[in-house]
Amino acid sequence: MKILVAVKRVPDTTVKLKLKPDGTGVVTDGVNFEVNPFDVIAVEEALRLKEKAGGGEVIVATIGSKDATQQLRHGLAMGADRGILVVNDDDNAIDADVVARTLKAVVAKEQPTLVLVGKQSPDGESNQVPQMLAEHLGWPQATFASKVVVAADKASAEVTREADGGLETLSVRLPAVISADLRLNEPRYASLPGIMKAKAKKIDEFTFESLGVAKAPKVTAVGFFAPPERKAGAVVASVEELVNKLKNEAKVLG
Amino acid sequence: MLDLFAIEELLSPEERMVRDTVRAFVDAEVMPCIVEHYRAGTFPKHLIARFGELGLLGANVKGYGMPGLSSTAYGLILAELERADSGIRSFCSVQTSLVMGTILLFGSDAQKSDWIPRLGRGEAIGCFGLTEADAGSNPGAMRTTAKRTKSGWLLNGSKRWITNGTLAEVAIVWAKTDDGVRGFLVTSNTPGFTARVMHGKLSMRASDTAELFFEDCALPEGALLPASLGLKSALMALTQARFGIAWGAIGAAIGSFECARDYAVTRVQFAGRPIASHQIIQQHFAEMATEITKAQLVAWRLAELKDAGKMTPVQVSLAKRNNVRMALDVSRRAREILGANGVCDDYPPMRHAANLESVYTYEGTHDIHTLVLGKALTGIDAFA
Ligand SMILES: Cc1cc2nc3c(=O)[nH]c(=O)nc-3n(C[C@H](O)[C@H](O)[C@H](O)COP(=O)(O)OP(=O)(O)OC[C@H]3O[C@@H](n4cnc5c(N)ncnc54)[C@H](O)[C@@H]3O)c2cc1C
Repeated sequence: MKILVAVKRVPDTTVKLKLKPDGTGVVTDGVNFEVNPFDVIAVEEALRLKEKAGGGEVIVATIGSKDATQQLRHGLAMGADRGILVVNDDDNAIDADVVARTLKAVVAKEQPTLVLVGKQSPDGESNQVPQMLAEHLGWPQATFASKVVVAADKASAEVTREADGGLETLSVRLPAVISADLRLNEPRYASLPGIMKAKAKKIDEFTFESLGVAKAPKVTAVGFFAPPERKAGAVVASVEELVNKLKNEAKVLG
Repeated sequence: MLDLFAIEELLSPEERMVRDTVRAFVDAEVMPCIVEHYRAGTFPKHLIARFGELGLLGANVKGYGMPGLSSTAYGLILAELERADSGIRSFCSVQTSLVMGTILLFGSDAQKSDWIPRLGRGEAIGCFGLTEADAGSNPGAMRTTAKRTKSGWLLNGSKRWITNGTLAEVAIVWAKTDDGVRGFLVTSNTPGFTARVMHGKLSMRASDTAELFFEDCALPEGALLPASLGLKSALMALTQARFGIAWGAIGAAIGSFECARDYAVTRVQFAGRPIASHQIIQQHFAEMATEITKAQLVAWRLAELKDAGKMTPVQVSLAKRNNVRMALDVSRRAREILGANGVCDDYPPMRHAANLESVYTYEGTHDIHTLVLGKALTGIDAFA
């Protein structure tokens, strides 16, 4: 079974990001980058499906600067077989649609049985790429997966999704696009021997041109600004004062 | 984590990935259980298999299916482990440098292929027995002997303060023979061999420290490490381990520093101000950060020298001596900043400080390294 996993280089989710003074984006100097944690879950699921199928290939692909090679290496160190980098030097110059069309071109080259992706990335939080990709490919999609079971004949998969009211189980024909939610699995660490082996694994590089993808975003970022800082709260001396403030200042009581 | 001189930029992508893997592992699997084990005075044995799976044991060993990481990567691993506890780092140091390292330096091909893969996977644990009750800084005074017999050797004596002693399936035992001190591989099932836990430690409580006894232990010829010739062989193995200590100690220091910093910016005393707003507290942070940064640079350079095959024992003495004293000082200052909370095991600095008392003493005491440096700098031996 051939599985393509799309991964994204994102700023370390535990650090507090700062905005550039001119509002054109966030400061990336001195910030550590990692693989989108949802994508790590997608890689783990792909590896498990391959192990269960007793063979196949897991390919990790990303669209990003050359630095994103590091994130591909992370996937390779976990156990993926090879990587694909579509070089893009300006993240703000592409949108979810360009990403989805680029991945479609990669899918056309690789012909995987399954595309696995994280449900969203913690930087843009747009949660659009998996859905758009499925649409562009004309493939079924199952988003927010918390369980994936591929049928023995590899013609379909049963996907449990976490919906608001409970769990929903879908059956999708393969090939399909599945997006991973937090509880799909607990990803393995990139082991030390795995990290060393990853050095020798192949990463193919492409450009938008070489894939025949028009770098024409439909959505562009106009500006970035921080939410207004919350004002400090006030301590009131008595219940009467509180009721008075709620009535006359906040006007939430009649 | 503190990195004022951008050591991060000096690391290769693999080295960063290794560090990140171990950091995540330590946070998820070591931090949550360490205090409990420290209190109970037990080593968290369930971690051994995980160390093996991740490739932490013998991570810098080339060949035998080992990862073969750079010395820098290996050092970064030890610093992450010691950020949790010096006892965890000690386990890995002993297994990697003192046991696998000694076998690789002085063992036969058969000994290497018998032991290295199993030790690397954590399926077998090893210990290194040099110190005795009456032979510490001066191991030449050891009384353990190995006498030749028709079929091998007869081992008699005892060792003390041996890390991993009761966990070990194989002990590297240094003993006097007619040809001087030699190293032997003694399996724990050898009749006449016993290992006993040493109780009452106020330091390194999450580490297994043992006394080993050998009563007429009959060893086969194959137990001798053939290339071990004299005490200098034991000291060579220790040099490799001390390299790791110089790195590991930085982890204990950074763990203490980060804890104190988090505490000082949130702890409020006097007029609603955090204690970090006071000049004396800030001076502590300035001193701690300066000393940690210097130690990081020393460790980083030492790893470069090691990989270039140029590291000398004098450099290792300087690095071990400086970095461990630095870490001890930082952990004490951090403890002080935490006030009364600092004496409680909810916070790591005092546990680090207590552990570092052992690190200050083992693998050559601070003062013994002072004398090594003194001798190298003046040409005069002040030991005896
Ligand atoms: C937790 C722990 C784990 C250990 N693990 C191991 C292990 O796995 N394997 C192993 O073999 N050993 C191990 N050791 C033993 C350790 O290496 C020794 O404790 C160390 O070498 C010091 O020996 P000593 O304790 O006998 O002190 P001593 O040698 O008696 O020294 C006592 C004091 O005198 C000073 N001193 C000694 N000689 C001189 C001199 N010539 N000039 C000036 N000052 C001097 C020392 O610096 C020290 O301050 C461990 C120790 C501890 C605490």
